Amino acid sequence: MNEIIFDLETGSDAGVAERLGISRREFLKFCAATAATLGLPASAEAAIAKAMESAKRPSVIWLHFQECTGCTESLLRAEHPTLDKLILDVISLDYHETLFAAAGHQVEAARKTAMKANKGKYVLVVEGAIPVKDKGIYCKVGGQTAVDMLKECAADAAAVIAIGSCAAWGGMPATDPNPTGASSVAEVLGKPVVTIPGCPPNPYNFLATVVHFLTFGSLPAVDALGRPLFAYSRLIHENCERRAHFDAGRFAIEFGDEGHRKGYCLYKLGCKGPETYANCPVIGFGDVGEVSWPVGCGHPCIGCTEKGVGFTKPIHALAKVKNIEPPASYPGVSEEQGKVSLGGAALLAAVAGAAAGAAIHVAKKLDKDDGGTKSEGKKPRAEP
Amino acid sequence: MSINRRDFLKGALAGGALLGMGAEAEARPNKTMPPQALGLLFDSALCIGCKACVAACKRVNGLAPDPTSGDDPLWDVPLDMSAYTYNVIKVYKSGTAVHKDQETDGYAFMKQSCLHCVDPSCVSACPVSAMLKDPVTGIVSYDAGACIGCRYCVAACPFGVPRFEYNKALPKIGKCELCRHRMADGHYAACAEVCPTGATLYGKVTDLMAEARRRLALKPGEKTVFPRGQLGGPDQSYSAPAPKYIPQVYGEKELGGTQMIKLASVPFDKLGHRPLPERSYASISEGLQHTLYSYLILPAAVLGVLGVVAKRNAKHDDDDDDGSAGRGRK
Amino acid sequence: MANAHAVAPLGGRLVTPVTVVLAGLTAIAGVILLFRFFFGLGAVTNINDGFPWGIWIAYDVMVGSALACGGYAMALLVYIFNRGEYHPLVRPALLASLFGYTLAGASVIFDLGRWWNVWHIFWPGYAQINSVMFEVAVCITAYIVVMWIEFSPVFLEKLGMKDVKRKLNKLLFFFIALGVLLPSMHQSSLGSLLVVFGYQVHPLWQTMLLPLLFLMTAILLGFAVVIFEASLVSVGFKRPGETSILARLSRIMYWTLAAYMAVRVGDLVWRGVLGAAFAPTLEALMFWVEMLAFAAPLVLLASESSRGRASRLFVSAVLLMLGGFMLRINGFLVGYETGSGYHYFPSVPELLVTIGLVAFEVLAYIVFVRTLPVLPKHATH
Repeated sequence: MNEIIFDLETGSDAGVAERLGISRREFLKFCAATAATLGLPASAEAAIAKAMESAKRPSVIWLHFQECTGCTESLLRAEHPTLDKLILDVISLDYHETLFAAAGHQVEAARKTAMKANKGKYVLVVEGAIPVKDKGIYCKVGGQTAVDMLKECAADAAAVIAIGSCAAWGGMPATDPNPTGASSVAEVLGKPVVTIPGCPPNPYNFLATVVHFLTFGSLPAVDALGRPLFAYSRLIHENCERRAHFDAGRFAIEFGDEGHRKGYCLYKLGCKGPETYANCPVIGFGDVGEVSWPVGCGHPCIGCTEKGVGFTKPIHALAKVKNIEPPASYPGVSEEQGKVSLGGAALLAAVAGAAAGAAIHVAKKLDKDDGGTKSEGKKPRAEP
Repeated sequence: MSINRRDFLKGALAGGALLGMGAEAEARPNKTMPPQALGLLFDSALCIGCKACVAACKRVNGLAPDPTSGDDPLWDVPLDMSAYTYNVIKVYKSGTAVHKDQETDGYAFMKQSCLHCVDPSCVSACPVSAMLKDPVTGIVSYDAGACIGCRYCVAACPFGVPRFEYNKALPKIGKCELCRHRMADGHYAACAEVCPTGATLYGKVTDLMAEARRRLALKPGEKTVFPRGQLGGPDQSYSAPAPKYIPQVYGEKELGGTQMIKLASVPFDKLGHRPLPERSYASISEGLQHTLYSYLILPAAVLGVLGVVAKRNAKHDDDDDDGSAGRGRK
Repeated sequence: MANAHAVAPLGGRLVTPVTVVLAGLTAIAGVILLFRFFFGLGAVTNINDGFPWGIWIAYDVMVGSALACGGYAMALLVYIFNRGEYHPLVRPALLASLFGYTLAGASVIFDLGRWWNVWHIFWPGYAQINSVMFEVAVCITAYIVVMWIEFSPVFLEKLGMKDVKRKLNKLLFFFIALGVLLPSMHQSSLGSLLVVFGYQVHPLWQTMLLPLLFLMTAILLGFAVVIFEASLVSVGFKRPGETSILARLSRIMYWTLAAYMAVRVGDLVWRGVLGAAFAPTLEALMFWVEMLAFAAPLVLLASESSRGRASRLFVSAVLLMLGGFMLRINGFLVGYETGSGYHYFPSVPELLVTIGLVAFEVLAYIVFVRTLPVLPKHATH
C-alpha cells in the first residue's frame, strides 16, 4: 500500500479553484483543516494542496451491507468541503448505492467495469457489517451475498477502509445474540484493514484518512485494531471538556438535576468516555464547534466506537476507567519528606567537639589539682 | 537511723515493685464502639484514583493548597496528609505498574484520612481534651479552642493522622472530622458523597462491616451490586463484577478497631497499613498511669512516708543551729 | 557530722569574657525566639509531621530536666537517706535544678503551638487526667514552685529576713518530701510518654519498664550532674576540690548504675529484642553509644582508689550524662519512626536556641553563685 499510485501533475492554484468552483482561500482553508485533523504540522498543508491539484482522481468503490447508512449521512453533512463540491471532484466515486441516481443491474455492471478498469488501484470503502451465518443469506445485493461481494471487491483493491462501527467490529447488528452472525470486514477478509469506527464516525476522520492516502500515497499510522492513531489513540476521558469536573468530584446524578444543568461530569450516569478511544470532544460534530457531541449536549457517551463497550454495556452502567498508569506526580504510599540540615549537623558536631575538648581539659586540670590534695584522703575538710 | 532505713526501704520496695510491675499493669481494656457509630468503608479495588474525594474534602473544609505544592501553585498536589489536606489518595506501584490491583507489575490506590479509632491514641494523649470522641457517633473531633499545640496527638497517632500548621504563628491541628459540621444540613462525608465508584462509602459502621463481609464472601468476577454514597441513602448503586480481595477487613480488630474500615486487593502492608495488635496503645498507656497514680493513692502514701522521714532528718541551714536530729554517717 | 557548713556569695566580677559570651548566646536565642513567635515553629525549626517533637522537647525538656535532677538526687540522699555529710552539695545542686527545670518549663512554653492556652492543662473541664502529659505538666509545674520555695531561704538570708526564714524552715520538710515525690512521678512519666507511641518507638526502647528506666537514669544523672558541676566549679572558680565527698557519692552512684544496667539489659533479654542491637542500622549504633556511655563508668570507678581520682569522677559523670542524654534522644528521636519517609535533623536556629538556653542557665548560675549565699565558704581565689 506504500507505492505511489497516482501521478501528481502540477496544476496552478487558479486552475484548482476554477475546476472546483470555490475560491482559492476556501480551498486552502480545507487543506489546513485536513492537516490539523490528521495532526500534521502546518507545512503539510502545502503537500495536501499539491495533491488536490492533481487532475487524476482515484477510483472509490463504496459498499453498503448491514448498516443504517448513518456513515454516509454523516459524510453528507461535511461542510468543508461539501461532499458534492470537493469529494466528488477529488475522488471518482464509481459505486455508491445511496448517492447513485441509477439502480439495479446497470449499477452493478458499472461497478464491475470500474473495478476492471482500475484493477489494483481503487480504494474499497465498506459500510455496514457482513452476516456470515447460514452462508450469508441475510444480506444480498443483486442476488449476491454480502460475503461474496466483499471478497470479490477486496481482491483487487489497493486499500480497504471499513467505515463505521458495524464494518469495523460488528457494531449494532452484532449485539447479543447476533442472530445473523454479523461480522467485521477484517473478520470476513481474514486480514487487518483500516477501520474508522463510530456510530457514526466523525466524517473528518474518514476524509482525513483518504486525503492522507492521496497526499502521501499511504494510509496514516494505525493501532492494532486498524484505527488511525490521529483520531483513536486517546481516550475520550483524556480530552473531555468536563474532565475537570470528574477530577474535582462534581457529578450529575440524575438527568435534569442541579449538577446536570451545571454541566458536571456524567460518569455516574454511565458515561463510557473513560474506556472509549475516539476524538469526539476534540473536533465535535456538525461543524458547530467542540461542544457538539453527546457529552457536550448532556448525554453520557455510549462508547459507540469501542468493541465490548458500545451496544454491549448498558448505557447507564458504570464504565471501567482505563488508567494505563498513574502519573508520575501521584503521591506514593511512602514519600521522602523532612529536611536534613547540613548546617545543623555541622553546628552540632562543632558543639560536641568543643564540649569534648573542654571536658578533657577539665579532667586534666582536675588531675593536676588532685595531686595537691590527695594527702587529705577521706578526712572531712576543716573549716577555715 | 535504722528506723529511717526501714521506712525508706518499705517505701522503695513498694514503689519500685509497682513501677517494675508495669508489665502486668492492671490493664484497662479496649474501649468499645458505640452501637450507632458512623464511619466509612474504603474499597481499594473500586478506587480509580480520580482524587474527587481529595478535592471535595478541601472544598467543604475550606482548606488552602498544600505547602508541598509550592508557594503559588497552579495545581494542588499534596504528597501526604497535612494540616491543609485531611484526605489524600496514594498510589502503590510495583514493577511496570500496568495492572490495576495487582501486587506485582501492578498499581493500587489507598485513601488516607482519620480512621476514627474506637480507642483513639490521640484522645488519650491530649492533656486538654482538645481531641474528643463523640459518645454517640464515635467521631473523633478536634477543638482548637482547647488545644495547646503540644503535638502529642501528632506523635501518638499510630496512623499519623493529626497534622500541625508549622508555618503559622497561630497554628492549629488539622484532621478529618467526618464532615460533622455538615450533618445539620443533611449532608454526610463529602468524600463519600462525590466518590464516583462508591470506593468510599458512608454509613453506620455495623452496616459497613456487613457490606465489607458480603464483598469478601463473593467469588471474584461474580456480578454484584455496589452501593455509592451513603448506605441506606438514595440508591446510586451499580452492578459490576466483584474484585479479588485480600481476605481481611483492615480496621476490624487493629488497635481495638477503627470506624473507617478498608478492603484491598493488594496486601495491606504494601499499602502503608502495617499489621497491628488488637490491644490499643491508649489502653496500655492509661493502664500504666492508673496502676501508678489511680486516685493518687500511691503518691499520697509515698508522700506520707517521705514527709515523716524528712521531718525526722530535717536539718536547719542556720549556722547557729547544729543540735538538730540529723545524724550524719560516714 | 552535723557540721553546719557556712555558705556565702562567691563575689567577684560579674562581667567577664565568659559571661559576655554567654550573654551573647542568650541574646541570639532570644532573637530567634521572637522569630518563632511571629512566624511559627516551622520558620525556625525543622520539625515536621513525621517528627513533631524536635530537640526543644527531646533535649531541652527531657534531657534538660533529667540533668536538673541534681537537687532531687541530693534531697533524696541528704533528707531521706539522712546522709548529712553531702549537705554542702545540696544548695548548688538545688540551684542548678532550679534553673534546669525553670528553663525546661520555658522550653515547653515556646515549643507549644498554642501557648496562650497552656493554662488549660490545670483547668478543670479542660484537663484530661488520663493523659501522661497532663501528669507530667502538673508535676513539673508543682515541682518548680516547690524548688523556688526550697531555695527561698537563700534569698531570705540575703535579704536578712530571719523571722520569715525560721517559720519557713519549720514547714520545709513538707516541701522537701514533695521535692522527692514530684520528680519521682514526673521523671518516670517522661518515660511513660513513649508508651502510647506503641510500635513507633523502636523495640530497643519501647518497654513497659520505661518509667523505671527514666526514673533510675534521672537519679543517676542527678548524682552525675552534682559531680560534674562541683568539678567545674572547682576548676572554673579555682576553688579547692571536693573530691573526698564526691568519691563517697560516687559509690552510691556506682551501685545505682549497676542496678540500672541490670534492669536495662534484663528487660532487653526478657523481651527478646537484643538481636536488633546487632542489625546494621542507625538505631543499633546509637544503642551501643548509649550502652557504652553507661557501662564505661562501671569500669572507670570500679575500685575505691579510682573513685578517689577527681578526673575519673568527672569523666564518669560526663559519660553518665551522655548515657542519660542518649537514652532520651534515642527514645524520642532516633528510635521514633512514624513511617512514610520523614526525616528530621535540628536546624541551625533550633540548635542556637537550645545552646542559648543552656548558656543562659550557666550565666544565671554564675550570677547567682557570685551574688547569693550558695556555695560553701572557702578561701577564695
